[in-house]
Amino acid sequence: MTSTACFIIVSRNDIPIYEAEVGSAAKREDAAQLHQFILHAALDIVQDLAWTTSAMFLKAIDRFNDLVVSVYVTAGHILYIYRTDLHMS
Amino acid sequence: MIGAGKIKQYSNILEKPLSKGKQEVSLSAFAFLFSELVQYNQTQVDNISELERRLEDAGYAVGARVLELLCHRDKGNRRETRLLGILSFVHSTVWKVLFGKVADSLEKGTEHEDEYMISEKDLLVNKFISVPKDMGTFNCGAFVAGIVRGVLDGAGFPAVVTAHFVPMEGLQRPRTTILIKFAEEVLQREARLG
Repeated sequence: MTSTACFIIVSRNDIPIYEAEVGSAAKREDAAQLHQFILHAALDIVQDLAWTTSAMFLKAIDRFNDLVVSVYVTAGHILYIYRTDLHMS
Repeated sequence: MIGAGKIKQYSNILEKPLSKGKQEVSLSAFAFLFSELVQYNQTQVDNISELERRLEDAGYAVGARVLELLCHRDKGNRRETRLLGILSFVHSTVWKVLFGKVADSLEKGTEHEDEYMISEKDLLVNKFISVPKDMGTFNCGAFVAGIVRGVLDGAGFPAVVTAHFVPMEGLQRPRTTILIKFAEEVLQREARLG
């Protein structure tokens, strides 16, 4: 079963610090760009959501087709964004 | 293996609990290090405002790291999203970890909505420093002001933080006050959050 996940660490000034693709599926060029696009779209949502709650782990904040984005926000507003396939849950 | 008490072996470094670290550091070592820091910066600059700015920048780096560390260690993974929350975090938790006690007082400024003051009768960094007359209003508390600015900036509350001497009757040495002036966006966000 193909299962890919994309993990990005973003600094508080929206600068990506680290990026990793995890998974068993063969990497496709167009899919990689789509994954990055989804993650960047999630940034806006995260930045609004981060001020409404004092929890650090925000689960499933955004959906795109069957891809789910979750994020962990640290005290210094460094975002650990993780995107998984829905059937991975 | 026979042992009187077996320490739990962690196979994975990620599963080790975050250690409390050494709680105390030698005061004289810190005073010596800080005086060297001030003297080194003194040789590099021409005027006192530049010197204060350098001390503040040094403190900023400390503040940014202290924020992340304390959030995991002392606050059990909860972030601060409100103004009063982050101020009381600085006033109690940060002060306790850095100086061994909570700050003397936290006050809201009366003239402006965006000003807050943290006061300390005897600030640790000013304890062993005497400022010569020709240095005017130079205050080594600029280092602590930088720490506070680092914490606030990291948490998303940009502010201008300065240190001032406030003479008090009955006290030989003036009280040190850290003045925090928040940026406009912080107040707007606070108003929006209700």
